[in-house]
Amino acid sequence: MSDILEVRDLTKTFRLSAKQQKLERTKQKLRVAVNGLSFTAREGEIFGLLGPNGAGKTTTLRMLATLIRPDSGDTFVDGKSIVREPDQVRRRIGFLTSELKLEDCFTPNYLYDFFSELHQVDRAVRIARKEDIFTRFGIDRFAEVKVADLSTGMKQKVSLAVSLVHDPEIIIFDEPTNGLDVLTARVVTDFLEELRDRGRTVIVSTHIFSLVEKLCDRVGILIDGRMVQCDTLANITRGESLEDRFFAIYKETAGEME
Amino acid sequence: MRSSVFTIMKKELARFFGDRRLMVSILMPGILIYVVYTFMGSAMGDLFSVDEDYVPTIQAAALPDSIAALTQAAGLPTEPCQDIQAAKEEVTAQELDLLLVFSEEFDREVAAYEAGSGQAAPNVEVYYNSASAASQTAYMTVTSLLDAYESGLANKFDVNAGVDCDLATEEDTAGSIFAMLLPMLLMTFLYSGCSSVAPESIAGEKERGTIATMLITPIRRGDIAVGKILALAIVALLSGASSALGTILALPRLMGGAMEGISTNIYSMRDYLLLAVVILSTVLVLVTVISILSAFAKTVKEAQSYATPLMVLVMLLGVSGMFGGGASRNLAVYCIPLYNSVQCMSGVFSFTVMPAAVAVTAGVNGAFTLLGVFVLAKMFNSEKIIFSR
Ligand SMILES: Nc1ncnc2c1ncn2[C@@H]1O[C@H](COP(=O)(O)OP(=O)(O)OP(=O)(O)O)[C@@H](O)[C@H]1O
Ligand SMILES: [Mg+2]
Repeated sequence: MSDILEVRDLTKTFRLSAKQQKLERTKQKLRVAVNGLSFTAREGEIFGLLGPNGAGKTTTLRMLATLIRPDSGDTFVDGKSIVREPDQVRRRIGFLTSELKLEDCFTPNYLYDFFSELHQVDRAVRIARKEDIFTRFGIDRFAEVKVADLSTGMKQKVSLAVSLVHDPEIIIFDEPTNGLDVLTARVVTDFLEELRDRGRTVIVSTHIFSLVEKLCDRVGILIDGRMVQCDTLANITRGESLEDRFFAIYKETAGEME
Repeated sequence: MRSSVFTIMKKELARFFGDRRLMVSILMPGILIYVVYTFMGSAMGDLFSVDEDYVPTIQAAALPDSIAALTQAAGLPTEPCQDIQAAKEEVTAQELDLLLVFSEEFDREVAAYEAGSGQAAPNVEVYYNSASAASQTAYMTVTSLLDAYESGLANKFDVNAGVDCDLATEEDTAGSIFAMLLPMLLMTFLYSGCSSVAPESIAGEKERGTIATMLITPIRRGDIAVGKILALAIVALLSGASSALGTILALPRLMGGAMEGISTNIYSMRDYLLLAVVILSTVLVLVTVISILSAFAKTVKEAQSYATPLMVLVMLLGVSGMFGGGASRNLAVYCIPLYNSVQCMSGVFSFTVMPAAVAVTAGVNGAFTLLGVFVLAKMFNSEKIIFSR
């Protein structure tokens, strides 16, 4: 299996606003959110970025999705640089986070068509794909209901459908089950596995151990913007629970940092 | 046009026309203006006009026969006044409309008086109350009667007796009134149209987190900017049109009698065409500027407050058109966006517009809009703008 995603030495520093400094009770002006991060993901696997709050997961994924630019380092998606060829990268990835919202006043049907047009998907292809995914997620019954009137779970399913209009090779998903009930969460994780089985690459970020254990083939543990371990799930857990291993690793790195 | 520009435009328009609340906020100014102006017009009408059949109450002290004959003929019955002081108080209390006080032997003094003789001229005092419309009207009638009588006595020559000597055409009168008022009103309406839609579409999308969803697609940032600005211009024009319609319908009611005899049908097709070009290019400039200001804001509210200085500027420019004394003939003036709009509008309404000036205005505003689109596209590409915390 070949590496379809190659993250090389990504670094991102934010300048904290005065408001943010006050909020977080810190005098630091700069915050290194991601610090020299490297990893690779292979075709047809689910890769998990595991880390506590503020570890830099969202920042990393935003850089991969070309929403923000790294200060240094680069990433290649199917050989295309996120820095130099962001357009090419955007064609190859689907990005989904709970911060990316759909406009309330539109229907799932309208939004699916709208994003298909932005991705320049052929009409015939679009119709077939829409039919397929709308029935798969049970969106068809709500196709003409405004997003504002949908349940949280249904909204998430619509977001997922919309982010995949162009059938991307890489699906990047920030906190895929955040805020979802068990039923919807199950539908989503089942779908991610199905995508993998169709040869797609899935990158998820989460702080939920059980999700990683259930879903991921390989895991990167992210603490304070650094990748402290990156390996197959089995090599990381070594027979223990992921939670125990994570805390052991966390203590080691905390010790190193002092 | 690029298809993605069209896609964005379509979506923006669908959003505005699909949302009843937004539609109301767009069309509301026009309805409000109509209601408020009509109400103000009828209230002011009541305040200033006096019933035509009303007969003023007039008292006169030592009324000479000559004047008595005059007032009688004019249908202004007068009563003799016994107590001048009491009558004055009645005028103050608005119980009496007018008090005339003649010197004793007024007629004899007038006959004996020779201008240039150094003697004091015989005098008549006319007391009235300016707070009362009836008193004011009676005052005007009586003083003009007296004036007429006085000049009749001297009878050296008459001025404008019985001829209408105002040589201004009806067109000019209407034109100068419109050139005073309309640029200011139009600019304000266009601004309010633009400011009711642009913050919603730019800062609103940031606030709701929907713009990033669009930014992860391969669509060019420039296409988003162009699509949005075109759609916003269309909606802003509609909103501006609603305000303008409200004004046009309400203006005659507001002006009441002042508008009588003034025809609004004095402009040619060419004037309207030039005006349309000016309005269109003005809306593009306004929408672009407000969009850029909105892109800096995190919320719609913040965007609206950022746009306030622009509102003040637009109003001031509108007012400047009132005193400019017609449109400038210096083409360089038309290179200043927004100021050029006011100048062109004054020009159109006062029949002094130069087509070249409108062309310069359209060109300058077009270039300004393009530059703005470029800036906006850069801003959409900037994570500091889109993901500011
Ligand atoms: N736009 C920004 N401006 C300033 N600081 C930022 C910005 N985005 C993120 N940060 C900071 O960078 C650090 C990493 O944030 P990030 O959102 O990537 O963490 P995360 O791992 O996704 O955490 P969470 O589990 O809370 O989502 C945090 O300390 C955060 O406050
Ligand atoms: Mg996060």
